[in-house]
Amino acid sequence: MAGEFSGDRVHNACGLCCTKIQNFTVQRGDQLILDKINLHIHCGELTAIIGPNGAGKSTLLKAIIGEIPHYGKLSYLDASGTDLTTPIIGYVPQRLMFDPGSPMSVLDLFASCTQKRPLWLGTERKTAVQARRQLQLVQAEHLINRRLGNLSGGELQRVMLALALNPIPDLLLLDEPVSGFDQRGLVLFYQLVSDLRYQYDMSIILVSHDLELIARHADRIVYLNKTIQAEGTPYEVFRSPFVIEMFGQVSLDGIPDRSLPLGQKGGGQ
Amino acid sequence: MIEGMIEILPVAWLEYGFMRNALIAVLLICPLFGMMGTMVVDNRMAFFSDALGHSVLTGIALGVILGLSDPLAAMIAFSLLMAVGIIQVKRSGTSSTDTIIGVFASTAVALGIVILSRGGGFAKYSRYLIGDILSIQVDELYLLALVFAGLILFWLFFFNQMVILSVNSSLAQSRGINIQRMELSFAMVLALVVSISIQWVGILIISSLLVLPAAAARNVAANMHQYHTLSVAFSIIAGLTGLILSYYWGTATGATIVLCAAAIFFLTFLSRQYGGAWGS
Repeated sequence: MAGEFSGDRVHNACGLCCTKIQNFTVQRGDQLILDKINLHIHCGELTAIIGPNGAGKSTLLKAIIGEIPHYGKLSYLDASGTDLTTPIIGYVPQRLMFDPGSPMSVLDLFASCTQKRPLWLGTERKTAVQARRQLQLVQAEHLINRRLGNLSGGELQRVMLALALNPIPDLLLLDEPVSGFDQRGLVLFYQLVSDLRYQYDMSIILVSHDLELIARHADRIVYLNKTIQAEGTPYEVFRSPFVIEMFGQVSLDGIPDRSLPLGQKGGGQ
Repeated sequence: MIEGMIEILPVAWLEYGFMRNALIAVLLICPLFGMMGTMVVDNRMAFFSDALGHSVLTGIALGVILGLSDPLAAMIAFSLLMAVGIIQVKRSGTSSTDTIIGVFASTAVALGIVILSRGGGFAKYSRYLIGDILSIQVDELYLLALVFAGLILFWLFFFNQMVILSVNSSLAQSRGINIQRMELSFAMVLALVVSISIQWVGILIISSLLVLPAAAARNVAANMHQYHTLSVAFSIIAGLTGLILSYYWGTATGATIVLCAAAIFFLTFLSRQYGGAWGS
């Protein structure tokens, strides 16, 4: 599967590569938005971030991609422990700012990110082939010539996910990617993201409000509210009285308790 | 060859040197504005470009105070300053972009009018309001050609980045684009183009000339390539039609061109309502 992607780098499923977020602090004016966040995320791991509105969840992702100035350090260590200064980061935004009247097509979006030829001179055939292959990953190849403004919320997010997977990132960030989905779309999207983790062995950070679904798919849950309030496996987090008080009881029926066997509690290496 | 064409076609106006110059000017300015318009519209900068146009009055006033015979240098400098100023204040995130641009634009207009109207002498600057493409000189055509070449270069290297930026700034950032530098560069290129071409296009209509062809192209284009191509094509068609009509009607050329662009906009709008996009 991985061989189909020209020029993409896919590392082995090792569980050893690690994204380290150390002491992330973000200040706006004299207000502290994030205070000394420390997270270790292993490859092949899906970490879900939960928390109330205004807790700094999106800010954390934007600090990771470098859009928001912050204190602290982001490092990405590969399996041999070498520090890659610039890991490839895929990012799926919460919502797009483009206006629906724009004639931009799905193919244009891919082309603007991947091809050298300026878009006003047209898209290259190579780009179309590549885009179609990426879109297949999210069952969206039929959308390639549609205008972005004509896509439904679910279709748009699948397209954005396909784009974020080109090139295959070391770290995939998803910022509430499923707002406005119907229930079926929601389940499919989580299944897709969940599979990606195993298929490409990437680290995924997902900001989400869908507690039942992340309990099912996430390896780790981080409850963020300016600082990290709680973190651990779904069992550890959703069984904690403190979290239950905040979010209510989340059903863990049929979900294996992975707290012990993996032994990755705390994420340290 | 040209003599022959003049006899066959109704192009008597080409016998005049100033009309030939104006024709060349239209063939440079219109594609320039058609190209820039696509990104102005996509990045919601119509109001911004309007403000840049208005700020030119203060630039002229500065030129007068400094005793320059041609205020162009002062106009360019002030326009660039305005662009940088607006972007910086916008970044501080204290007010909405519209408010900030409004504040800057009205201050600049008022300041310009106050200085230029001292002693009741504003009338001689009113040509900047409606523009006068018929007065363009040959050396000014070279300047326009240079700007045109510059924009093509900018467009070759940065167009794709601007497209991503118009979709989502965080996405652009995650793709390794320096979004602040990109935003500032485009604002400055826009300021440069606006301040240089404003004496021929006119303060009152410059943003219409930027917005209308692109807006018309949006009505019917199915992708970015068509969007850009049609925007340039509509701009040139409006420019040529407007120039010729203004000659026979004896009207201001800039405004006549804008009217033609508006007509194209409404035609494409109707075409979309009843026919859909052309390319799909």
